Amino acid sequence: MRGATVLKASDDKTRQLNNHTLMAFSGESGDTVQFAEYIQANAQLYSMRNGIELSPSAVAHFVRGELASSLRSRKPYNVNLLLGGVDPITLKPSLYWLDYLASLAPLPYAAHGYAQYYCLSILDKHHHPDIDYEQGIKILRMCTDELKRRLPIDFKGMLVKVITKDGIKEIEYLDDEKVACP
Amino acid sequence: MDALVAQYSRPTFQSKATEDLDELQQDERPTLSLKFAIPPVAQPASWLRAVTDDHSNPNVPIKLAHGTTTLAFRFQGGIIVCTDSRATAGNWIASQTVKKVIEINSCLLGTMAGGAADCQYWLAYLGMQCRLHELRHKRRITVAAASKILANLTYSYKGMGLSMGTMLAGVTPSEGPALYYVDSDGSRLSGNLFCVGSGQTFAYGVLDAEYHYDLTTEEALELGRRAIIAASRPRNNTNLSVD
Repeated sequence: MRGATVLKASDDKTRQLNNHTLMAFSGESGDTVQFAEYIQANAQLYSMRNGIELSPSAVAHFVRGELASSLRSRKPYNVNLLLGGVDPITLKPSLYWLDYLASLAPLPYAAHGYAQYYCLSILDKHHHPDIDYEQGIKILRMCTDELKRRLPIDFKGMLVKVITKDGIKEIEYLDDEKVACP
Repeated sequence: MDALVAQYSRPTFQSKATEDLDELQQDERPTLSLKFAIPPVAQPASWLRAVTDDHSNPNVPIKLAHGTTTLAFRFQGGIIVCTDSRATAGNWIASQTVKKVIEINSCLLGTMAGGAADCQYWLAYLGMQCRLHELRHKRRITVAAASKILANLTYSYKGMGLSMGTMLAGVTPSEGPALYYVDSDGSRLSGNLFCVGSGQTFAYGVLDAEYHYDLTTEEALELGRRAIIAASRPRNNTNLSVD
């Protein structure tokens, strides 16, 4: 997006930090990719140096530290992040919500920006720690449908990635159905 | 790859300080960002806005090149790059025959929209970096790499009043035809079709309606020309003479 023009409809706003950690970002253009790739490079450097991957919680705290020091610098990064990962040792999945003010919150489900106002209520009702993959996708569909129904922005398609203990993969997520406003 | 990993895979505290330093210094390249004079004011961006806004004050000291349309798109036969050729300074048409396509090297083109000086200077600088890359690595730079040099550069000057919207188009053996959009807030996007400049919306209107990847070369050239002309109608002041 620049001004009122969509320059690219299929932009990937995620970066893979290591085999089991993925970071999604939003915020000021330029800052977002620059910051995400900086974190990505540091996470990968750590894996190379030590032959072991940082756990999602370790990455999250590292990112929070970087954002916190950036916040008080001359030109802070204006980037909001969602960081998800599966711990390679305990195999526990975790999700972290970070914003440009360097708040860090481990959450069962999270969203940034206007999407929060629409999606969190749906997730409050339907989320449960024991749901399986299919149910998860169903809830995601409810969220994206609600966004299409009520948010005056057309996202021109969604990009969905799934993090499991076996790694990260992009899944096909059809988004061409029309959602009517009752 | 293993060698690379081995080079970095000992804990930092063990680093053999002196030897490594020598090695590092040999490998050191001139920094990407030049020491470039910026206005001696506290807030360069707002200062620039004040001296370039000819809407509120027609007698501003600096007049920007407004009213540009540039477009580029990939299609089955390669890439079409098309721009208008008028340079304006405020309401004064400075030239009707400006070349807004800059040849960075024989296989890389850049387009200029926004501040003419910014684009000219930094695309020339990019040309230099590309040539240096070629000499260092004995092969031509990829469009991806060239666009990243420019994007990192514009990012390093972010918030200091740089104004440029450029597209880099080129053909390399490893990528084939490639097209990237780079602008002054540090964004860098790859894609099939971009329009940049104040006439971009009008050009998108024509281009999106008829663009598809399998256009013949003649059709593609004609489409590019029509898109620029559509954006150059006197309703705004982007104008005439299509390259």
